[in-house]
Amino acid sequence: MTISVSELSASPTPVAMLDHMTVAIQCRDLRKTYDEKVEAVRGLNLEIQVGECFGLLGPNGAGKTTTIEILEGLLQPTSGQVSIFGHAWNENEREMREWLGISLQETRLSEKLTVRETIELFASFYREPRATDEVMEQLELTEKADSWVGKLSGGQRQRLAVATALVCNPKILFLDEPTTGLDPQSRRQLWDIIRTFQKNGGTVLLTTHYMDEAERLCDRLAIVDHGQIIAQGSPADLINRLGGHHVVEFSVSGNHDGAALPAWRALPSVESVRADEGLIALNVKQPHLTIPALLETIDQQGGILQHLTTRQASLEDVFVRLTGRHLREE
Amino acid sequence: MSLAQETPIRTEEPQPEPPRRNGRWSGYSHLLMARMLELKREPEVVFWVFIFPLLLALGLGIAFRNKPGNAASVSIIEGAGQGFRLGKFDLVIDANRKVGVEYLYDPARPESVLAKAEIDDALQAAAGRKDSVPTTAVPSSEPGSRYIDFLIPGLLGMNLMNSGMWGIGFALVDMRQRKLLKRFVGTPMRRGDFLLALASSRLILMIIEVGLLLLFGALFFHMRVLGSIGSIALIAAIGSLTFGGVGLLTASRAQKIESVSGLINLVMMPMWIFSGVFFSYERFPAIIHPLIKALPLTALNDALRASILEGTPITHQWPRLLIMTLWGGISFVLALKWFRWT
Repeated sequence: MTISVSELSASPTPVAMLDHMTVAIQCRDLRKTYDEKVEAVRGLNLEIQVGECFGLLGPNGAGKTTTIEILEGLLQPTSGQVSIFGHAWNENEREMREWLGISLQETRLSEKLTVRETIELFASFYREPRATDEVMEQLELTEKADSWVGKLSGGQRQRLAVATALVCNPKILFLDEPTTGLDPQSRRQLWDIIRTFQKNGGTVLLTTHYMDEAERLCDRLAIVDHGQIIAQGSPADLINRLGGHHVVEFSVSGNHDGAALPAWRALPSVESVRADEGLIALNVKQPHLTIPALLETIDQQGGILQHLTTRQASLEDVFVRLTGRHLREE
Repeated sequence: MSLAQETPIRTEEPQPEPPRRNGRWSGYSHLLMARMLELKREPEVVFWVFIFPLLLALGLGIAFRNKPGNAASVSIIEGAGQGFRLGKFDLVIDANRKVGVEYLYDPARPESVLAKAEIDDALQAAAGRKDSVPTTAVPSSEPGSRYIDFLIPGLLGMNLMNSGMWGIGFALVDMRQRKLLKRFVGTPMRRGDFLLALASSRLILMIIEVGLLLLFGALFFHMRVLGSIGSIALIAAIGSLTFGGVGLLTASRAQKIESVSGLINLVMMPMWIFSGVFFSYERFPAIIHPLIKALPLTALNDALRASILEGTPITHQWPRLLIMTLWGGISFVLALKWFRWT
């Protein structure tokens, strides 16, 4: 029997296929409507490059989880296209699953299995998984290898969830709210793990409602609100678009509420202004020009300065500027 | 920059472990092993699946052991109507009548009727009545015809139903609620392997359940097993898979363990009552017998009793096996159609 050249080239190895791709994840005009009423995702476009750490930032209920689960092929979109390394989900799902490591929001792994057994179980589904010991070492779970999952702390459980994703040696890591509810040390530990994965050539897509997480971890991010992307770019980019890198917040005694906003807007170097929880917040390019003028104006009006702080602008300011709401309503 | 250039070369590890390759059945065997480990580490499961049926058999076997016929409790004391009503006495004899004696008995209670007949016979014989036909009575309490012999196959069937429905139905909804099913579906795991592993774990447990209960019956109650081990195992396996299929169907849509618990009890309730676990369904009106016989647990119990107590060959049992297979098969097909993995 002879094998023709065309037959050979018809089934390229996955690695060869991936080699030519620079776009890891792409979706066009993604929509998801639940029960023909609730529009969770309303026309979302994304393009995530290989080797990138991309974040979906938004408040709870913005549609982040729905979006990431559609991209993971776990949820059927109402309309729109998804492609992972150029492949659609209905093409070759089993093969595509070999490339992806997934950590869902709040999966409760079996409590009566040990850490090692859990990782081994997930490893057994993949064709060429990594060695369990190596993964446990990387996620600092070696000490807990023979402990039951039920006995782990929140941070350890979350690391185990990521371990079950990393054991398959994925090309893309999907993380849905990976650090929600974790203590600061556990969060930093997870950030390091994600960075290491990315440094080794992996692509990361994560959702978060922590702006500091998005700012530190993501190369690019999309701010999602009500199922739509309202801004997209690198964290620095987005903050730049505010106009000012600095935020001056102050309050004045007297009748200086929202009605006086145009007066503050007219101060030198002020890019935008808003009233926020009893304070006036100014986005400012050069605080050393704004602040003397501000003090002078207050003085002229006969007001008394009650409060004055300046700080670096953050993604939170971007979100508030875009939506008029805070990222985390607490 | 191409991916090939970015692929890390692990120089920090002097001897990198060779990449392992998983075979076709690696997922299945790990799923089965994980399931068995989980069950082993769950003390409640060990109790309800293995110990509880033994305790039930022991308790009922002792309570309903065959008493000698003369053990009827009879009251001759006046004013014992209260004790009679509470079931303490089977018969109350009032001898303070002007003419003869008066029996107070309940015609709906076999032991009461029996006590009346025995006492009456004894009284009449003592008063000089002669039997016109000479009779001889040969006592026989052979294993095989006692209540415990009837009970153990019934308990076996009920246990296979319970553990099939809970072991599959409850376990699946629990995994769905914990989003573990969704997480599994996010891997290249074969869904068929997952279900196969669940079914296999049921069969392994089935062998232990059936073996323990039969051994217990044989050792404690000198029960005799007439059918071959092979045919009993085959019937139990079909029964186990049947209820696994029904369990899968009840679990196909439910999102919460509370809702599936209700559903499982709803499905099992009619069979507890009608399928002849503790007493024969012959007690129900004959008109509903065909309906009762169409229930999978009735088929399983009848098949187990025929095989264990009478040694009926498996080839004569095919209608019962067919009933079970239909229940299991149709449930399985519907379950796969409706099953919600996420």
